[in-house]
Amino acid sequence: MLKKPNGATIIPPDNSRIPNPLLIINGRVIDPANGIDQVMHVSIREGKIYSLLNEIPLHTAGTSIIDASGKWVVPGLMDMHVHLREPGREDKETIATGTQAAAAGGFTAVACMPNTIPALDEESKIRYVIQRAEYCPCRIYPIGAITRGLEGEELAPIGEMVKAGARGVTDDGKSVAKSNLMRNALNYSKSFNIPVMCHCEDMALSQKGHMNEGVVSTRLGVRGIPTISEEIVVARDILLAEYTGARIHIMHVSTAGSVRLIREAKKRGVRVSAETCPHYIALTDEDVGLYSTNKKMNPPLRTASDRDAVIEGLVDGTIDVISSDHAPHVPEEKDVEFDAAAFGVIGLETSVGVVMSTLVEKGILTPAQMVEKMSHVPNRILGVSGGTLSEGAVADITVIDPDAQWTVDPHFFFSKSRNTAFEGFSLRGYATCTILGGRIVYQRA
Amino acid sequence: MGLHIQHLLGLEGVSKDDITLILDTADSFHEVLEREIKVVPTLRGKTIVNLFYENSTRTRISFELAEKRLSASPLNFSTSTSSVNKGETLRDTIRNIEAMKIDMVVVRHCAAGVPHFLTQCTNAVIVNAGDGLHEHPTQALLDMMTIRRKLGRLEGLKVAIIGDIFHSRVARSNAWGMSTMGMDVVLCGPPTLLPQHRESIGVPVTDNLDEALEGADVVMLLRLQLERQSSGAFPSIREYRDRYGLDMDKLSSLPENVVIMHPGPINRGVELSSDVADGSNSVILEQVTNGVAVRMAVLYLLGGGENA
Repeated sequence: MLKKPNGATIIPPDNSRIPNPLLIINGRVIDPANGIDQVMHVSIREGKIYSLLNEIPLHTAGTSIIDASGKWVVPGLMDMHVHLREPGREDKETIATGTQAAAAGGFTAVACMPNTIPALDEESKIRYVIQRAEYCPCRIYPIGAITRGLEGEELAPIGEMVKAGARGVTDDGKSVAKSNLMRNALNYSKSFNIPVMCHCEDMALSQKGHMNEGVVSTRLGVRGIPTISEEIVVARDILLAEYTGARIHIMHVSTAGSVRLIREAKKRGVRVSAETCPHYIALTDEDVGLYSTNKKMNPPLRTASDRDAVIEGLVDGTIDVISSDHAPHVPEEKDVEFDAAAFGVIGLETSVGVVMSTLVEKGILTPAQMVEKMSHVPNRILGVSGGTLSEGAVADITVIDPDAQWTVDPHFFFSKSRNTAFEGFSLRGYATCTILGGRIVYQRA
Repeated sequence: MGLHIQHLLGLEGVSKDDITLILDTADSFHEVLEREIKVVPTLRGKTIVNLFYENSTRTRISFELAEKRLSASPLNFSTSTSSVNKGETLRDTIRNIEAMKIDMVVVRHCAAGVPHFLTQCTNAVIVNAGDGLHEHPTQALLDMMTIRRKLGRLEGLKVAIIGDIFHSRVARSNAWGMSTMGMDVVLCGPPTLLPQHRESIGVPVTDNLDEALEGADVVMLLRLQLERQSSGAFPSIREYRDRYGLDMDKLSSLPENVVIMHPGPINRGVELSSDVADGSNSVILEQVTNGVAVRMAVLYLLGGGENA
């Protein structure tokens, strides 16, 4: 057991025994996959959803009861864009600490990116991650590399990685610059029904840039990353997907132009899904302030009109998923001059609070839409069975207190890193209980 | 009455009162520089570190002279960024220097925001001697001092700043400082060397040289980094000189008493022809002299020295 001074506790799952029956009573059950949004009671047996009931059922002694009055009971959340840093940069995060952070953030599943050292670019490395996940409080779906060593030169063994458990491929951190190689990757991936996950960036346009190119970067004297460096590759990858018929997932959408391109592509029937991150919804380049390195990530925080367009994309369904792009870094990579600071912020333990405070509390997204974008849809994109409370489904469940007021204090994070963009933010809503396969793995009063 | 600012990080947001006080003080130090003995005891016992991460002979010498003439003890620390990247962090460097008991830091760095970052690392007074593309406030102050001494005022004067605006911290500091002082600034250069978002700096921006020069009391040419040509910002030096360089021919269409400035070092025959650079309208060497006086004023006012 791992307990923080604020009472937040991780309970590593004991997979050696069948879990006790569990009853979650009086909660508002939100299960968009089944069109449910009402106060119900959830009965869990042998790690699976046994039934959803309107009356509290009789139960045997030994049944654990969670009173979820005033809380939401939702299918376990999934964050499909996380950097766990293991192997290679265990000083930033490990599979153990990263999954603890995930459970504490209300996530029962994460997809981890392959830009580790070495990169996850072959079967054995995928298998390594899956084995390390076994006793962790959160499921891990590894994403393999598109190209060997993420070098953009030759295809990684995609088939073997999928066989070992990879649920998608990406060269996240960069685009596959060569369009012919990207075309091959898309064509090849069609055999496996996996998404090719696209980090969209034209390096020639964004080189030496450290924040959004615009009024703020010019005023601060910081070289910019223009919106077009993202949009040009979004457009290219959409065209390649359209031409090959392959399925793509555009990661961390940050600009109005990208939203427009994806919206138009979806109208044409291109097999494209898209995600954005809490920081693109809640912050703009103005928040960089006087060179705040914890507001530095790639793609960078954009302008207010980009932020508004991204939110509009979430509302109208253009953007399917909210993921965190959780990117841990050690302090000495952030406590430096702005140009030298590493790109990236952590997000697993703030996603729920930021999304609820920024979108749900203001009525921009319904609770059901939030659950779709943070649970049901990412599971569908990765082709896994989670994200529902259907009878018989594995009991991955998140209980959320929508009224909990809290202030982001990185000292309480389970993540090994502290580089959040939201330190000191006053948020509303967090996970109070995370249940993995019928076992409580996280609890907070 | 002293300055409202505790550090000189830039001129954006610095008040008219503060700029005026610095310029007035610089004028009195200018008199000191006319004396046979050019040293005053005002900062005796203060140690000032000149922390230069970017090559700059002239700005460093100017600061060093200013420090010596105020009787402060200068300490020079020059290094290229690349060697520092392999070694310790900037925070560690500044904290180690601070541990040797120093009072002020004059810093130049290729990354914007470093002076601001240093204020979070140390209690020493920070003076920005140029940070990335951001600001070079003492350059703008010496430019304003030079104009004021030459034309007797700042308010209402029109200044055209010509050249590589996007990469120029001199242009930014001047645009902000001069606007605060009630001057009309126009920035001009080829579209590839202007900010993509032209409203960014808050003053008019044009790629049309004639438009920029119209009614100008002061014309400031910026140094062109010749490597911008190979990066595709303009086709050739000849074409740049033709479109944005100032020669006698273009000068002849300007008012007789127009003031020609350049922050140096000059690319003779590129942004300025030699006859204009050395001609009677040029105040380029006065800028250099005033640079010492302005830096004395800044160090004196921020360093809490005794009365001159």
